[in-house]
Amino acid sequence: MRVLAALSGGVDSAVAAARVVAAGHEVTGVHLALSANPQSFRSGARGCCSLEDSRDARRAADVLGIPFYIWDMAEEFKAGVVDDFLAEYSEGRTPNPCLRCNEKIKFSALLDRALALGFDAVCTGHYALVSRDADGTMALRRAVDPQKDQSYVLGVLEQWQLDRAMFPVGDTTKPDIRLEAESMDLLVAKKPDSHDICFIPDGDTAGFLQSRLGEQPGQIVDAESGAVLGTHQGAHTFTIGQRRGLALGVPADDGAPRYVTGIDVKSRTVMVGPPRLLEVNCVRGVKPTWTQSPIAAGAKLGMQWRAHGTEVACTVTEVSEDSLTFVTDSFIKGVAPGQQAVFYDGDRVVGSVMIDSSSRI
Amino acid sequence: MTYLDHAATTDVRPEVIAAMAATLGATGNASSLHAAGRQARKLVEVAREQVASALDCLPSEVVFTSGGTEADNLAVKGLYWSRHKADARRVRILASAVEHHAVLDPVQWLVDFEGASVEWLPVDELGVVDVAALQASVERDPDSVALITVMWANNEVGSVQPIEDVVAIAGAHNIPVHSDAVQVIGALPISFKQSGLDAMTISGHKLGGPMGVGALLLKREHKPVPVLHGGGQEREIRSGTLSTHLIVGFGLAVSLACAAQAAHAQHLRELRDELMETVKASVDGVHLRGAIDEADAVRRLPGNAHFTFDGCEGDALLMLLDAAGVQVSTGSACTAGIPQPSHVLLAMGVPVSDAVGALRFSLGRTSTSADIVALGAALPAAVERARRAGKALKSQN
Repeated sequence: MRVLAALSGGVDSAVAAARVVAAGHEVTGVHLALSANPQSFRSGARGCCSLEDSRDARRAADVLGIPFYIWDMAEEFKAGVVDDFLAEYSEGRTPNPCLRCNEKIKFSALLDRALALGFDAVCTGHYALVSRDADGTMALRRAVDPQKDQSYVLGVLEQWQLDRAMFPVGDTTKPDIRLEAESMDLLVAKKPDSHDICFIPDGDTAGFLQSRLGEQPGQIVDAESGAVLGTHQGAHTFTIGQRRGLALGVPADDGAPRYVTGIDVKSRTVMVGPPRLLEVNCVRGVKPTWTQSPIAAGAKLGMQWRAHGTEVACTVTEVSEDSLTFVTDSFIKGVAPGQQAVFYDGDRVVGSVMIDSSSRI
Repeated sequence: MTYLDHAATTDVRPEVIAAMAATLGATGNASSLHAAGRQARKLVEVAREQVASALDCLPSEVVFTSGGTEADNLAVKGLYWSRHKADARRVRILASAVEHHAVLDPVQWLVDFEGASVEWLPVDELGVVDVAALQASVERDPDSVALITVMWANNEVGSVQPIEDVVAIAGAHNIPVHSDAVQVIGALPISFKQSGLDAMTISGHKLGGPMGVGALLLKREHKPVPVLHGGGQEREIRSGTLSTHLIVGFGLAVSLACAAQAAHAQHLRELRDELMETVKASVDGVHLRGAIDEADAVRRLPGNAHFTFDGCEGDALLMLLDAAGVQVSTGSACTAGIPQPSHVLLAMGVPVSDAVGALRFSLGRTSTSADIVALGAALPAAVERARRAGKALKSQN
């Protein structure tokens, strides 16, 4: 097969490409330039938009003996990921930009271009597994290393994308991937993992949002009594379930910590209250996606709604082409509109839905 | 492998490799006063005389540098500083809009940090500087012009610039003129003396010499402020230990390239015409960019062919041709390898949608008809695929 290996400049994608080369495929390495103004150097374990990363990617390709190019997808990235991130926050929602990048850039813009240019598949360093079922369809499954599993941020992929995706490192633990990189003299073997949002290199998400969306001062009110407890510089810098950074001078009557329980962007109001207000069990989402075929109401599935969150049991109660409702077996906390709920059946990803609202029933 | 990117760099001549290898092992700093130093100095000065003789200038007018970029920086910044120091009214730099980044960026730097102002001289649709615009710009206030810089021939589209006219306009007001001539040495007949230029940039690796060495040919009356300060090895204008083996290779390469110029240009021109015919015959929707030779005048670099391909992205074409063993360039400037639409094409009035589909083919001493045949064989499939990819992206956006 002709495989396009997306090389981020990190160890995982380098080893992924190496494994595809070793399997005898014809591999071409591509580094995506996602920032119109890349910074020269990485600072610590931050994202992956630096010139240093593109150099590391190039050197990995050299070591593997594969051709290497840089593809400029800065415009697509800005439109599909950064602007979406800002729009979602300005609507009081909580997006996951890595998931959006996989959906709109790596397995859309990049995959489309690769296919059009004659490649058969795109390979990345994501920790997840793809395998072919007996009926020929592709299944997406959790990685072997639970610490590194990235099936959540790939949970929006559908069959046509999975059919052309390769995740060669998903069957191995991260320490073993580093050892493998070292054994091949890949200099990125010891490079730190990237954790944060790549287009916010200093990790200050609130500051980034403030600088892009401006200050929009409003009130912080008690969700139960409606009493005004304080002010804030912009509702968009809060996330439901957030506890820190509220800077409320007055403690709650019972002395218990207060959490963000609701955000009303229109009135610029942030509601806070005790943790029990965060507890929900009925969640409605929109734009369901399916890795294989759609699930019918009544299905009992696992559900994860954060990249590194735990999985809870739920039952799908309503499903249509545009929406889906599910009820969790136990109450869950910190569910915010804009987050993606990804459904699992065992270790298999079934599909996903974007959370729109939640309630207690 | 088919290499059609000789304008980026070209094969080092075997005689040059031999001369450099014979020199590299010899200990001696050309600035030292003992026997070993004198031996190194002799080699450097022989090379200087080779360059002077080949390009019709005085040996003392040859200032060795680390290459074309350094020579351009020295000319642009150094002459700006010295001219501005002599007369504070001189703040204007007149530069063609199609200069190489080694000129564009120093000029812009002077604007951003040194209080200079720049006028980017427009070019016509063939990429040739508008002489009337230059004249008008100079005559508006000749006393405020620090220098004029116009390349001898454009590195992307190959158009030869009206250097004679530029020098005549500048000469009427004693304004110094610099020209980046790295693409033309060995390709066109060049006399520094007859050109009337004040400064001219040349580079080793574009003409069969090594990388990392070049020179600024500089009239003796000019004393640009140095960019690199130090031991003052080159006329107190350029500092740094002279690299004996690089300079030996450079001097020989310039000498050989200029001696072979007429035959070389003829060889390139024949192949280039063959290449242009092949490209036009093998795909539709292709446009030649840049000037073409006239019956009585050479208007284009003999080894340059430049096209835009409708509906293609140049970097996709480059990759597909590369995979087929044909190595070409998009001709445009790169930031960390990120393709941008060429400033040269944009200055020529080519719309962005066409400019992104550019490819430059450049021929050299070792090019043969077999290279053209290989290109003709690989091009149709690459263009067809790149067009499909272009459409896929458009429909997605």
